[in-house]
Amino acid sequence: MLDLSKYQSIGAALKDALDQFASEVCLIESDREREKERLTYRDFKERAHPLASELQVAGFKPNNRAAIIMTNQSKWLISAYVIFYCGGVLVPLDYKLTPEEQWQLLAHSGASVLITEYPIWRQLAASPARNPATNLKTVLITEAPPNADLSGAKCWEEFRGNSEPAFIPRERSDIATIVYSSGTGGRPKGCMMTHENYLEQCIALTSIYPFAPGMRYLSILPTNHAIDFMVGFFGPFICGATVVHLRTLRPEYVRDAFPKYKITYVSLVPLVLKNLQKGLQSRFNALPPGKRKIFNALVSINKAFIKRRPRLGLSRRLLKQVHQGFGGELRAIIVGGAFTEPQALQFFYDLGIPVANGYGLTEAGTAITVNDLKPFRADTVGKPLPGMQVRILNPDAEGIGEVSVRSKTVMSGYLNEPELTAETIIDSWLMTGDLGRFDSRGHLQLFGRKKNMIVTEEGKNIYPEDIETAFESLPVKEFCVFAANYIWPKRSMVGEQLLLVLHLEQGETLTDDLRRDISSRNSRLLNYKRVHGTVLFNEDFPRTASLKIKRNILAERLAQQDRASAILPL
Amino acid sequence: MRTIDQTTQEVLSLASKYFQVPADSLAPDDDFFKKLGIDSLQALELLSRLENHFGIELPDYEVQGVSDFRTLASRIQSRL
Repeated sequence: MLDLSKYQSIGAALKDALDQFASEVCLIESDREREKERLTYRDFKERAHPLASELQVAGFKPNNRAAIIMTNQSKWLISAYVIFYCGGVLVPLDYKLTPEEQWQLLAHSGASVLITEYPIWRQLAASPARNPATNLKTVLITEAPPNADLSGAKCWEEFRGNSEPAFIPRERSDIATIVYSSGTGGRPKGCMMTHENYLEQCIALTSIYPFAPGMRYLSILPTNHAIDFMVGFFGPFICGATVVHLRTLRPEYVRDAFPKYKITYVSLVPLVLKNLQKGLQSRFNALPPGKRKIFNALVSINKAFIKRRPRLGLSRRLLKQVHQGFGGELRAIIVGGAFTEPQALQFFYDLGIPVANGYGLTEAGTAITVNDLKPFRADTVGKPLPGMQVRILNPDAEGIGEVSVRSKTVMSGYLNEPELTAETIIDSWLMTGDLGRFDSRGHLQLFGRKKNMIVTEEGKNIYPEDIETAFESLPVKEFCVFAANYIWPKRSMVGEQLLLVLHLEQGETLTDDLRRDISSRNSRLLNYKRVHGTVLFNEDFPRTASLKIKRNILAERLAQQDRASAILPL
Repeated sequence: MRTIDQTTQEVLSLASKYFQVPADSLAPDDDFFKKLGIDSLQALELLSRLENHFGIELPDYEVQGVSDFRTLASRIQSRL
């Protein structure tokens, strides 16, 4: 592994990694049963440098911003490396957003270069939201069919220069990326992450979960997500490990990838972890009674041996078939993006598969705490990572208060949002908006949110304000969307729901027509953004002088109603 | 060659069998997440079943953002 304390930037570290591990395999790309590509670090460099050369010829300058909208694949990582090599700022955008949202973020980020895949560009180019106000000068498209109309874009594969590109050094304090944590609606939140943020986070994470040549990371979470960027790109690369990409993320191909590529680490969102658990549990339940008894006995023996710490070798021998199903080399499943239920974590740990459960947010540079497995604890999100100062603000009688963080990994601020930055980072402490407390062993436990938002099991952060445009012009006096737990606080971070609060015109009632209108608008939203019920409120919403809804005051008034009877199902 | 209506009916029939929902309760414009009560992973499982049934490959990007049976059927039809 490279000694990252000696480096100033992501680009400089990756540049050295490509030379140091030249003959190791860095990327494997598979599509269904077919292996599409296998690249060594040397191959990676040979693909990257001509792209960097041509990009510089095209006028890409240090500090210029370049966006990537791609599914997880080799060209994502090659393009990202090229941007860092040229001293640029990477803007990784979510390929699952709608074209309208992507155009909005492209405009907001000020990116002058966009690198994307042909099917995504087809939708972007055809979108009525195509934004002439963006700074885009160069658009590069991967995997375009021959003779395809690229609407002014260029082919990524043909965009290759002949001269040796100039490496542009950066300082640790320079902005490396702008990562949109959420808030795609009215107020995009672009986290400006520095090179130091990534270097320090990588040092901390690899001290607990190390990579090495020969280890293989299965990259499933989108690479624009802070977790996959760190453990599915930067972390493995500076250690000479291999990243495996799957172009088809169907459950059966994901399952097959574990034994096929002898995966060492994988990151999953809680929904996928629970699905894996369900699949395994039904297989265990289907065992004939005799075999099931033996299996249960082996699990009990395993549990006794791994109580204090994981013993991978022993667990792999005791529960051979289970571990072989995962390829026999799996060291840990990293779970992130949303809160995971302890029961699912314990299920895997009992089988001898540690789940690296942690807590973090993009603004904090990925992870704040992680379970160090000494011993494994399913009921907490672990201890603060090295270099993280974590404190609980204004704790109540039970010690529960807002979690705040100070660290070299905390972002420098939100792009173009000085006020929001000042509200979020106070005296160099990042206010997370999450409620938690430390137990006597220094483990952090989470108990809900202080802020009006939800996180789905798929790891999506949803801000209620972003949903409201779907209900515009609804025939009511006024409306707004709330997280149910923001109105009626619940000490839970699972099963969170959104509610549509309605103030009807005087004398009006919630008619079947209105209900149908709401349901129809709701069904046009992506499934994870839908509201689960309505709440009626018979007074004017409290508002500021500029007519913005005072959400905290409205929530307090709504909370005077009984939760169960106030929520009317759609 | 199937017509789009035939393809749509086969999609509805397969979805009803796989998720054990009465066939007459499903309509082409229904949102399959809502009507079948499934999550994104189960939707991917349905896609694999449909691929096997129609003997085609549907790249992930083709079904990105699709949530109703009719659009799903049209994406399948274009690959038949």
